[in-house]
Amino acid sequence: MRRLTGSVLVAAVAVSLAGCGEHERVVVYKQGQYQGKPDTKPWDNESFAGDRAQWEATIKARNQSQNEYRRING
Amino acid sequence: MARMKFICDAERCIECNGCVTACKNEHEVPWGVNRRRVVTINDGVPGERSMSVACMHCSDAPCMAVCPVDCFYRTDEGVVLHDKDLCIGCGYCFYACPFGAPQFPQAGAFGLRGKMDKCTFCAGGPEKNASEDEFRKYGRNRLAEGKLPLCAEVCSTKALLGGDADVLADIYRQRVTTRGKGADIWGWSTAYGKPDAPARQPDAGGKS
Repeated sequence: MRRLTGSVLVAAVAVSLAGCGEHERVVVYKQGQYQGKPDTKPWDNESFAGDRAQWEATIKARNQSQNEYRRING
Repeated sequence: MARMKFICDAERCIECNGCVTACKNEHEVPWGVNRRRVVTINDGVPGERSMSVACMHCSDAPCMAVCPVDCFYRTDEGVVLHDKDLCIGCGYCFYACPFGAPQFPQAGAFGLRGKMDKCTFCAGGPEKNASEDEFRKYGRNRLAEGKLPLCAEVCSTKALLGGDADVLADIYRQRVTTRGKGADIWGWSTAYGKPDAPARQPDAGGKS
């Protein structure tokens, strides 16, 4: 009888304390992957014929044309 | 590898809307959609400032994070683009974007929201470079032509700069250190230079 009472008591304590447990409630965001079509590189066309170095050089020169101090001073 | 960015110098922007017009014309952007616009703060008050705003091609783009169909991607040059064939026009990206860059054309007679449209940094989209499909969906691909965004290249005061972030930072740094600060930035002396000799005083005795 005593053993039964003891086990009931232990079970009751376990059940009543179960509600006190803490669970992680923060949503963990997972970055999705791009699902669309692959894009072509800007140098993959007739103008640059896949020459990345030439494209980068052209863009670099173009960048500098926005600097009017450089343009004025030569 | 270049990391493409825009920067707008509020000290130089004169609110001419040349960038807005150039963008609309270059890409044949539909009515009601503005990929770029000029925002003015304290309009009409002395000291007002204007700034040209479009997609800033964020390094950690919130539009990309919230898109439920994952139609956004970032190119190796740092340009944030999206696939219109995948876009469902939900508008989440519009709410997420701090710049209000995503635009939605009205599709159909009942004002249905169409697929999202935004600044592409003149880099087209996921179609063959310079193809008709690319132009129809995303506009002209100037980057593939070795050119920079037209809005920046057309800017008359060079307030809006677009291109490799490192180069832009160098240009802006040189500009800021050259023009000084405070009252040195604008005014007669800055525009016409400081006179070497004191200005000639008018003759005594009134008008000559």
